[in-house]
This record gives sequence, C-alpha cells and structure tokens, in this order.
Amino acid sequence: MTYYTEGEPLRDTKAPAGPIEDRWEKRKFGARLVNPANKRKLRVIVVGTGLAGGSAAATLGELGYNVTSFCYQDSPRRAHSIAAQGGINAAKNYRGDGDSVYRLFYDTVKGGDFRARESNVYRLAQVSVNIIDQAVAQGVPFAREYGGLLDTRSFGGAQVSRTFYARGQTGQQLLLGAYQALERQIAAGTVTMHTRHEMLDLIVSGGRARGVIVRDMVTGEIERHLADAVVLATGGYGNVFFLSTNAKGCNTTAIWRAHRRGAMFANPCYTQIHPTCIPVSGDYQSKLTLMSESLRNDGRVWVPLEAGDDRPASRIPEEERDYYLERVYPAFGNLVPRDIASRAAKNVCDEGRGVGPGGLGVYLDFADAIRRLGRDAVEKKYGNLFEMYERITGEDPYTQPMRIYPAVHYTMGGLWVDYDLQSTIPGLFVIGEANFSDHGANRLGASALMQGLADGYFVLPTTIGDYLADGPYGEVDEDDIAEAEVAVREKIDRLLSNDGDRTADSFHRELGRLMWDHCGMERTEESLRKALERIPELREEFWRRVKVSGDADELNQALERAGRVADFFDLAELMCVDALHRTESCGGHFRAESQDADGEALRDDERFAYVAAWEHGERSPVLHREELRYEYVTMSQRSYK
Amino acid sequence: MGMNLTLKVWRQKGPEDKGRMVTYRVEDVSPDMSFLEMLDVLNERLILEGDDPVAFDHDCREGICGMCGMVINGVAHGEQVATTTCQLHMRHFADGAVITVEPWRAAPFPVVKDLVVDRSAFDRIIQAGGFVSVPAGSAPDAHSVPVKKADADAAFDAATCIGCGACVAACPNGSASLFTAAKITHLGLLPQGAPERDSRARDMVEQMDAEGFGGCTNTGECTAVCPKGIPLDTIARMNRDYLRAAR
Repeated sequence: MTYYTEGEPLRDTKAPAGPIEDRWEKRKFGARLVNPANKRKLRVIVVGTGLAGGSAAATLGELGYNVTSFCYQDSPRRAHSIAAQGGINAAKNYRGDGDSVYRLFYDTVKGGDFRARESNVYRLAQVSVNIIDQAVAQGVPFAREYGGLLDTRSFGGAQVSRTFYARGQTGQQLLLGAYQALERQIAAGTVTMHTRHEMLDLIVSGGRARGVIVRDMVTGEIERHLADAVVLATGGYGNVFFLSTNAKGCNTTAIWRAHRRGAMFANPCYTQIHPTCIPVSGDYQSKLTLMSESLRNDGRVWVPLEAGDDRPASRIPEEERDYYLERVYPAFGNLVPRDIASRAAKNVCDEGRGVGPGGLGVYLDFADAIRRLGRDAVEKKYGNLFEMYERITGEDPYTQPMRIYPAVHYTMGGLWVDYDLQSTIPGLFVIGEANFSDHGANRLGASALMQGLADGYFVLPTTIGDYLADGPYGEVDEDDIAEAEVAVREKIDRLLSNDGDRTADSFHRELGRLMWDHCGMERTEESLRKALERIPELREEFWRRVKVSGDADELNQALERAGRVADFFDLAELMCVDALHRTESCGGHFRAESQDADGEALRDDERFAYVAAWEHGERSPVLHREELRYEYVTMSQRSYK
Repeated sequence: MGMNLTLKVWRQKGPEDKGRMVTYRVEDVSPDMSFLEMLDVLNERLILEGDDPVAFDHDCREGICGMCGMVINGVAHGEQVATTTCQLHMRHFADGAVITVEPWRAAPFPVVKDLVVDRSAFDRIIQAGGFVSVPAGSAPDAHSVPVKKADADAAFDAATCIGCGACVAACPNGSASLFTAAKITHLGLLPQGAPERDSRARDMVEQMDAEGFGGCTNTGECTAVCPKGIPLDTIARMNRDYLRAAR
C-alpha cells in the first residue's frame, strides 16, 4: 500500500545565484525596504518567544513594526531554548585554529549528511559571527579567560574550538538576552505581549496568512488576532515521542494547523536522538533530561567488553572495558556527531552490554579527567551538570560513572521555507526549530542556538520587509476568520463532551512508545508499516475514549494537553509516511535496510538528494520534491574514523 | 513497594475564590519519581474520576525555565537546598509522610488557580530597565572590550536567576529585592551595562515598589530558598547603585 501521491517539484526561488559568499549580501540589497513611517501601519504576529521568536519580535519592534507576540508560558523568558546547555557555534576563529566561515559551512553541510541547502547554511555561518557580537553587547555573560577574552570549547562533528558558552547554561543566558530586548520593546510600546495564550489555528484569507486564533489559557476565551504577516517560532515536535528532552508544553499544534491550511511540511522524519541523556527510571517518567554534549569533551564512553557483565563499574578492570567510540572512530573518538554516537549506544545495548536498569544505558566516565585535571577543574567546567545528574539519579558522578542513553532531542524537519524563511503560504514565515531549513538530516551540537538567533535577529527582519513592502494587506474576510474560529470551538467542545475512560496522557504515552519502537533510532519498512496501521486505530480510540474534565472557560490543563495530543497523532502519521518513502539512511534517519558493511548509514544520493515537502491532502499527503545541488561541498559518505 | 503519602493541597478555583486545603492519598509512589510526576499520577486519577486536576505551572522539568514553584511543607520549592520543585525527588520523603502543598503567597503574585500564580510583575520590573539598549546589528566585535574574568564570573552567577519567584514567597515582607538585585548586579558588573547603570537601578527599584513588593530587611530567607543560590550581597549592590543614582 502506498500512503501518498506525487505532486509537482518545488523550488526555492529566493536564493540569488552567483558565488556563495555574495548571495546573502545580494538578497539583502534586493529585498525592498519599508519606509519608517509605514512600518507602524504594518502589523506582524510572532508566535513563540524562544531564541528565534523572542529575538525576531524584539528586532521587528525595534525596526518600528507593530508587533503582537504570543507564548503559552506565563512569561516569554520561559521558552524551552532556555534549557540548551552546551553552547553556540560561531566562525570567529578567535583561537587561530583554522576556523573560518567556510569551515563552519562545510562542517554543517557534512554534519547534516548532505541534505541541507548550501545557500542557507553558508548564510548561517556568515551571520554566526554577528550573533556573538550582539549577545556580548547585550551583556550575555559568556565564559572568559584570564586575559578577558571569550573562551571556547569543542563540540561533536568539529575539529576546531568554535563553541562559545556560559557554563552549562548557554541557552538560558542567550534567551535572557533576547527576552530583555523583547521586554524593552514591550515597554517602548512597539510589541504587545500575550502570555498564557496558545495558538490553535492560522487565519488564511485571499491566499495569504492574515492572523491567528488563540485561546486565552486563563479565561478560556477564543480570540482572533489579525496582521499583515504571521511568524511561527513555535519550536520542534519531539514530544510526539512523549518522552523527549523537550519541555512538557512543547507541541506541534501551531505548525500542524498551519500545515493543514496549506504550509508544506518538510522532512518530518528527520529527528535527532541525543546520545547523552539520563536513562528512563520507570513508567511514570514524564520527560527525559539531557546531559550536555560538552561532557563528551572530557568524559569517556564505555560499556563492559562482555555481554551480561553486571559488576559495578568500579569492579570492572580497564582491560575488560570497551571504549567503543574511541575504538571505532579514532579520529573523532568521543566527539563523533550525535546520530553516530546514539546509534553506537543502541548497538552495544542490543548486544546485551548495556548497563543500569533494563540494560538501557552506557557509561560516561570522568575518572580520567578528574585524575588529569583535578576535581576542581572538572567541577568548574561541569559542576551544574553533575549536580543535576545527582539530583535526578541519586548517584554521584564524581565517584561513579554517569549512566546515559539516547533520547529524542531535536527535530530537523519542520515547515518548508524558502531562502526568505517564507512558507508555501504567502505571508507565513517560519523560524528556528519550527522550520526545516539549515540542519539537513542531522544537526550539529551548538548549532540550534546559532540558527534560532540568526533567523530572529538577522535574517527574518530583512526578508520579511520585502513581503511587507506590498502591505498593508487590507481588511480580512470575516468568513475566513469565522470558519477558523468555529473549527477551534468545535474541537474543544468535542473533547469536553466525550465521556471517555482514558486520559489524554495515557494515549500520548502509547503513541510515543509506538513511535519510539517503530520510527525511532532505527526504522524498517516493516516497523513503519506497522506504525501506519496502528496510528489510525489509536487515534480512533482516542476520539472515542478520551476523557477531559473541567470546562472550556477556565484554566484547564487537561484540555490543553488533549488538544495537543490530537494533533500529534496526525503528525506521527506523516512522519512515518516520510520515513517509509525515504528508503535510504541519512543523518538522524536510519533505515536498517540501508547500511554499509560496518553498520554505518548509507545514503542514496541518486534517488534521495532532495527535500521531501509534504502538502496536506484530504485522503493522503502529496509529495513535492525540492532537488538539492551541491556546488561547493562534494557529496561524500561521512566518515569520522 | 512504593510509598504511601498524604497530600494536603491548596485548591482555589480562581482569584475570587477563598480557597482551602484538600486532602488526597497517593499510593505506591516510587522513590525515583520527581515531585511533579507524583502530582501527575494524582491528576490522572482525578481526571478519570471527573474531578478537576490540581493546576500547577511547570514546563522544562529540568530546573531552568523557572515556571514551577510551590511551597512544600512550608518551604518554597521544598526543603532540599538549591533545588527547584521539578528537580525534587520522592526519595527525600518518608513512607507515610504528610505533605502540604501551597502556592507562592504574596500580594503582587495573585493566585490564578490552585498552585498557579500570576508573576507578570517580574516582567514589568525587567521592562523598567533590566536590559542593555543595543539594537540588532549595531554591536562592535565581541573582543573589542575585554572583561575581567572575575567580573564575568560574578555577572554570570547573578545572571543565573530563573525568575521563579521563590525569593518573594519566602520573604516575610514579600520583597522582590533578590530578583531585582540579581539583574542589576549582572548587568552592572559588565562594561556593556555601565552606560545605563544608574537609570537601570533607579527605574527597576521604583517599579518593584510600584508593584507592591515589600522592602528588604536582610532576613536572608530569599537566598536560602533560591534554587540558583543568588547571593544576598547582590541586594547591597542594588542599594548602593540606587543611592548613587538618586544623588
């Protein structure tokens, strides 16, 4: 059975031709400007206040646009960018270790397993240097050396030291910088902020995105907000797996509703499984906690040499340990990219060599680092991460190795956007993790913060002007607003009136387990077909048996969750369709049928060097291909050996 | 075998409701559960029984977003030091324990529902001056101004504030001094924050007062419950900067 139909190819018409280093300059010059007096008359909605949305709303406000911003949390400072630990990449070459814009571009295209656009990635590398300047000027307290200059460290997939960091809280510090810039604009009156509001639908009128339907999560009121352009910065969809490192509130509803209204969804199957998370401890588990990748700078990953060796770590002598990453990948060792480290962990656990409860864990050992650098130095570098580990597990990583296991962390897929970050709905722009743009099939560590801020501070504020130069776009047809509003109300009524016997969370857990088992670290035709059979059954059961208590016109967290779970079902199905159609392995998408003799991912560039952009169809999704061309980086099989 | 616990939880329909403590039994709690996971289990049961689940704020569940916060057995975020509610695990409670759970209580933090309070006053304090005015794209090269490592480290320590509000909940005066001082210290210690140092201190302190937070009497409860250990001397610095600005 095929689950989709084929549509016309898709093309990014916005990236200029010519030498790659000139393209962004050319586009900036080509993008039309809006007269300052006219900017005030142009209304822009920004949904989400993480690194991308917060920096975009602040910058658009500063430029003089009339901005309305929404977040579901009680303050814009709480968006999940805040939890990013390790750092942010930038091609500053402050170390003089051979870094350059070109090298960051090269590493990112290669790390993404040749499934990202060269033009976009080059721009990202160019802009990366401005981000560090901007953040420092805002007072972001990056780590410094005794000479007063910025410190850097290495991250997976790179052999230079280009990652800037603020202890283990880089995301927090960068987000607070963006948040403070945003609050400054709120005080200045250029941005109107709505906290505890959740976007439930997109208003499309006359073929353009013209507003959003939101629910006030305190009063339950359904509100309409209209604008000349809408920006979605609503993050990724990793919570489709239920257990992930995302915050509990992260969801797909905003981008999924936009998809239903005509925005194509690109590469939904590209999900990143982060290799260093704290293993699951029981079936009540509500989320997974990441341990920063930076730990792999000094921690050594190992498992016992023999399967079934259940001695405590301290009793296993050196020669009976297998430091498998160092053994298999001598060039990169413990710093191989995330997808490779994750799969390697899964493989040793599948061989019965895993450690901890259920054998689903590997050791990340700091004993050597403590011997070499001293406990104090290790504590200075990683103290807060060690504390966090100790709080959750009750074990002391200074005296016994950490146990880690891969967990869903980031989604490279997202709404399709062109070089201007505009989706297939005119006037709908998508930034940050919510779009698919720059990471290809695998994101390198410390590149999410870079992309979010590049989009928000530097790219979108320029490109959106070109669209708004034709505005204001006039009145919005009342029928189009009412239609979206009615659809939202009907869904809420349906959820509340159902007298079921299962909670939304219980369905979410079941869906998540299904996705982890069948569309997780390793996918096969058989597993995906099984998932595609099971998901519609489970969704049908959800709508028959879900129980949501309380009312529509109050703070109702059970209702919020149920609405999000409903959209996860639909997204899960599209992820499996995408994963099934892409019979190659690439980056975070590993098809067991496509591997080389060493078990490494095997791409099929002849057939799959394209972006899969899915259009919503009433019966089944429609596939539109955007061919990828590599003019600068020669496509090759990745090797980190 | 799991633990059996008795919870006494503050329930309040909305800002107008008087509110009251309600007792629940939770059984077979695993010591590896987080406190919020234990409440999840209770809420799943309440939903199936057709009752309103206990509303509480939470999001990242890894101690950094600052969204969670409840007074557990009379202590903001519970008795474990330097720990947010979401990072508190049940292994720290004894089988058979009776645990009281209440919202942050302070006039500028009105209860929205149950354990959820409105902390938007914090955002307004930041709006008053908790920033450096630097439009995107206008920044000089990051290495143009070196910063002493000691200053950068001290600024970072103050900047780790997560804005949870535990300091206010713990303070007998309902003061937001630690929160406000953390930001004034973070930005004031850095050369980038120096040009606005005076106006920042003045405007933020005045906004803090206008929101109805109480004054600081150096009780130190704030820093004792602070999950990020923001030091009390930030408040001294705030007072110095405020006086300097007022001159």
